[in-house]
Amino acid sequence: MTTATLAPDLAATVTIRFARRRMLSFAVPALILAYLLYAAVAFDLPGLAARARLDNAAILLSDFWQHKTHVTRDNRSGEVSVSIEGDSKAVYPADRLPGWVTMAGGLTTVDLGGGHVVTYDDQGARYVVPGYGTVDIRPDGNALALTAPQPLPDWINASNTRVTVTTDAGRFTYTRARVETFRYQPGWEMFLFTLDSPFHYMSWGELAASALWGDRVRADQPNILAMAQDVWTNRVWRHGDVAWAMFETVLMAFLGTFGAAIVALPLGFLAARNMMPLGAVRFGLRRVFDFIRGVDGLIWTIILARAFGPGPMTGSLAILLTDTGSFGKLFSEALENIDEKQVEGIRSTGANTLQQARFGVIPQVMPVLLSQVLYFLESNTRGATVIGAIVGGGIGLLLTQAIQTQKDWEDVAYYMVLIVLTIMAMDSLSGWLRRKLIKGE
Amino acid sequence: MVDIAFGPGRDPRPASGTSAAYLAMVRRRRMYGGILLVLFVVLMASGFDLAQGRNAGGFLQGLPRVLEFPAEVLAEAWEKRANLPGLVLAHVPALVETLNIAAVSTLLGGMIAMALALLATRGLARWPRLTTLFRRMMDAFRAIPEIVIALMLIYILGGGPVPAVAAIALHTAGALGKLFSEVAENADLKPVEGLSSTGATWGQQMWLGVIPQVAPNWLSYALMRFEINVRASAILGFVGSGGIGYDLKIAMQWGMGRYDEVVAIFLLLFLAIVAIDRLSDHARHRLVKG
Repeated sequence: MTTATLAPDLAATVTIRFARRRMLSFAVPALILAYLLYAAVAFDLPGLAARARLDNAAILLSDFWQHKTHVTRDNRSGEVSVSIEGDSKAVYPADRLPGWVTMAGGLTTVDLGGGHVVTYDDQGARYVVPGYGTVDIRPDGNALALTAPQPLPDWINASNTRVTVTTDAGRFTYTRARVETFRYQPGWEMFLFTLDSPFHYMSWGELAASALWGDRVRADQPNILAMAQDVWTNRVWRHGDVAWAMFETVLMAFLGTFGAAIVALPLGFLAARNMMPLGAVRFGLRRVFDFIRGVDGLIWTIILARAFGPGPMTGSLAILLTDTGSFGKLFSEALENIDEKQVEGIRSTGANTLQQARFGVIPQVMPVLLSQVLYFLESNTRGATVIGAIVGGGIGLLLTQAIQTQKDWEDVAYYMVLIVLTIMAMDSLSGWLRRKLIKGE
Repeated sequence: MVDIAFGPGRDPRPASGTSAAYLAMVRRRRMYGGILLVLFVVLMASGFDLAQGRNAGGFLQGLPRVLEFPAEVLAEAWEKRANLPGLVLAHVPALVETLNIAAVSTLLGGMIAMALALLATRGLARWPRLTTLFRRMMDAFRAIPEIVIALMLIYILGGGPVPAVAAIALHTAGALGKLFSEVAENADLKPVEGLSSTGATWGQQMWLGVIPQVAPNWLSYALMRFEINVRASAILGFVGSGGIGYDLKIAMQWGMGRYDEVVAIFLLLFLAIVAIDRLSDHARHRLVKG
């Protein structure tokens, strides 16, 4: 009888619960969706599509992996120069032009590859586009005379004063002042050696040969040292400065994290319920930790930057201060969760408080604390990049500078790769240390 | 017989050998510990010295001035304390934007992290061969600093919250993905087997067999991430995209005369962070402990 009366009841409750759960499983996604829709409106997503500059995206992406070489003739003086990215620090010397540019007696030929050939001569300039024909430009008084197969395609942009031809092979511009051809090539040019280094003009095989047994390029040092020096002092990529900046960033993270751990360890003892009998001290310290964490790294960074000026020490102090709050809380929680039996055992031998802490508590909590510190070290390396951008130190500074100039995107890509590799290295280093220290091998 | 054979009087040497070896080991370990400690202290000291040398101002000169700036700011704000409530209210929309950035990026990042975590967990993965690929993807997402993505997207998209959301979401996907997959590794596989025996697809197996098991822990991690993301979105605002960080930067650049505004923004941010920490602490406690 009882089962008979219970069964429908049970069925009813189960059905109700099921219905409720089913509703929940629709309601939660619906709520999330509704919130995302609200956010899309609040963030003005429709307007964003209009504001987005996709041409900037194209510049950025192409700059990431390729460089362009400018072949420029000044039409007044007739001087031709070949330079990388139009940079005055990266002009090819006249006797060491790249193979695709030839100059002979007032005639300059630029072979863009795939049959695209540009010629500058005394009358003007010509661009032979395969499958289309020849674009011929001559100055005619104050205007430019353009001869090309009609009708003009949309990749030729012509006016009286300026003609621009853009093809897959490159870009060609003629104005009265000068004529310029850009050739795009993959790779980060001059990454190792700049044009004024003799090693720039060697292939990999020649480099190896000259490093091992070639004649000295500079009389006072072996070739391998000369190479290292040329790479380190590369004026375009500034490897030396970048390496220093990266080191500074890691240093900030290291000093900040371990400094915070050293400061927070005694404070953690004072804030743990089982270590500190005085409730007022505990309460006060905990509120201090809460305050430090609540104020947030950003504000601490600003305050410290005012006092100490820009630089890596300010950054590491900012990390130190912020992490002291987090470590204090974590450490005191870890200390409250220890096994009291070991401390009792030590106490029974007549050890004083300090000895109890050293031999009863520290061995228990050390692995936990260390693993937390190492987790923070890794995330602080990334944080130090941002803090560096604010306090003006380390790779963060170089990165924001490169981004703000809005043209050195290859530098940005370089720094990004470097940062990601460093953080991954720190990640595996801290993982390795954790395994080694905590599991004992 | 046996007792006598292994009795104390038989041969004391092995015992004393053991204790000598033990003491030697302890001594060696202490020595290694000492050497490591000295090395560590030297590294810290020289590192600090180096950092100080490359800094604009020294540590000891700066130390007395640490409180100068806050004191100056607070003094001015105290004089104009009548303005504070109004200023706090005026910046609430910016705070809401910062919180929205954090929430949306946690949600989006969390969703990506869910997919990545399941794809990267051994035993659950849809394509077991590709687990390593998804793991490396998460590593890379985690390693890219938010500021890089944010600044590049600001160049393309112009200012505003979207670059910050994209940057934080990407990082969140990597960070949460790792934690999620650690949780999912410990999930009970029996429900999955049961579901697969009924012919459920991979998505159904995960949705009905794994997600209910891991949901409390995942939610707890996501909440913790939300706390972190609130701070990150404030910082990113300072560097260039919208929200309360941007307002703070503008007020700071103005300098003297607008310090009441600085204090108002600071108060707002502080209260928001503390409140969110408290709420999420509470919620996480209930999630994990039931």
